[in-house]
Amino acid sequence: MIRFDAVSKTYPRSARAALTDVSLEVAKGEFVFLVGASGSGKSTLIRMVLREEQPSQGEIHVLGQRLRSIPSRKVPYFRRNLGVVFQDFRLLRSKTVYENVAFTLQVLGKSRGFISEAVPDVLKVVGLAGKQSRLPHELSGGEQQRVAIARAVVNKPPILLADEPTGNLDPATSAGIMALLARINEGGTTVVMATHDSSIVDAMQKRVVELDAGRVMRDEVAGSYATTSPIPVVAEPTSLGAAR
Amino acid sequence: MRLALVMGEVWTGLRRNMSMAVAVVLVTFISLTFVGAAVLLQMQITQMKGFWYDRAQVAVYFCNDIDQTETCSQAAATPEQIQAAEDALASAAVAQYVDGVEFEDRDAAYARFIDQFGGTTTAEFATADTMNEALWVSPVTPADADVIAEATAGLPGVLEVRDQRALLEPIFSVLNTASLAAVGIAILMLVAAVLLIATTIRLSAFSRRRELGIMRLVGASNRFIQTPFILEGVAAALVGSLLAAAAIVALVQGVLQGYVAQTLRTVAVVSLDDALLVAPGLVGFGVLFAGLAAAVAIRRYLKV
Repeated sequence: MIRFDAVSKTYPRSARAALTDVSLEVAKGEFVFLVGASGSGKSTLIRMVLREEQPSQGEIHVLGQRLRSIPSRKVPYFRRNLGVVFQDFRLLRSKTVYENVAFTLQVLGKSRGFISEAVPDVLKVVGLAGKQSRLPHELSGGEQQRVAIARAVVNKPPILLADEPTGNLDPATSAGIMALLARINEGGTTVVMATHDSSIVDAMQKRVVELDAGRVMRDEVAGSYATTSPIPVVAEPTSLGAAR
Repeated sequence: MRLALVMGEVWTGLRRNMSMAVAVVLVTFISLTFVGAAVLLQMQITQMKGFWYDRAQVAVYFCNDIDQTETCSQAAATPEQIQAAEDALASAAVAQYVDGVEFEDRDAAYARFIDQFGGTTTAEFATADTMNEALWVSPVTPADADVIAEATAGLPGVLEVRDQRALLEPIFSVLNTASLAAVGIAILMLVAAVLLIATTIRLSAFSRRRELGIMRLVGASNRFIQTPFILEGVAAALVGSLLAAAAIVALVQGVLQGYVAQTLRTVAVVSLDDALLVAPGLVGFGVLFAGLAAAVAIRRYLKV
């Protein structure tokens, strides 16, 4: 699904590397937490999966495609396979819940009939049935994030990327969002989620990849947020594949 | 569905940046009006040249016994000298450029003079004796006038050879300068139009950065993202160039045909047909130009 081979990234006009020699493999249907302090490279990693950034060195493969070889005019078509959710929801304020979700499908040129079926379906999945004609500012933060998730998955992408999706939410609401993400993951969607929230990571018992200063410090199959062993365990991507 | 979505985006963009859109409309309107005026002026020049040059003759004036110039020294041209000039025009080398030759004696010249200047003080002093005999030569094409002038100018008894085209040249050079000035102003205004369109797109992209970010996120193609911006520029320019086309037609119909043609009946002015030929050209040019400017601006300000 997603493979990083010895990926390094240095931003221009920056001495320090954002990512250094990152190798990582995420299989189909996995749920992976990316943890680490701010500036550890989590967001850069997600942006690279989206091909918003290109690696300075190394290769990235997503969904069987070598990202470096996708010409930039084909990038939008590649991105249609990825759903993305952010901390700040990124909804269109002037559009209703329904329109926000339908917008994705409209942009992709889906038919009116398809949209009028798919949007209510996905809103039901995220628990927003009956709120489709509300505007974003009339919703709570958790509900807004559900709209964002609905928009990300309405096109049924094989991969869902989430960059701190619970960063702006209280613990109870966060738990609801995590339950939703877990349900989406159970439906077969690969989920990669960057987070600071230790309680979520500890509760979910999913694979954890810890980044520190752009390096993979730890890669545990059913890990917790904090390091459990005194010495950081750095799992090889290959051995990890076998462990799964 | 997609078309409706794109048109919706265009409309929102135009409404959001209404003042900029109006500025683009006005600037394209004025610049294209100047372009159209320059084109019409050139048409006018061509038309007048055709009209006057067909009538322009070369006058070969002969010496009069009161002429004190060096070439004549108060000796009137003899009939032999006049015949020599006519022979020169009839010679094999020159004849092919000559359409017709007409001899004008003093009485005829006097009659024409009185016809033209009758009632003025100059006319009171004029008598048939002060007139010059002349040969009025019509060249086959206007350019042949030079050959005729050259063939007759140095002959004995010839006072002066005057090409009537020379009298028209100043008029054409004034018109030509005016049309060049119009082109200059048009170019300046077009530069302003390009910069305005670029700025409009920049502003529009900025005020819509949220939507653009989301569009990119969900995988909208570059063309889908860029088309509304290009259409915005084109729509504003279209309105401006339609106004310019209307202004050009109104100018020709109202001022040239309605006023100038009525007052100066001898002058052929550009017709409404000419204006109707220029108008769609202006619209096409305006739209194409705006589209190009927008496409270039998007490449600069809308990195996808």
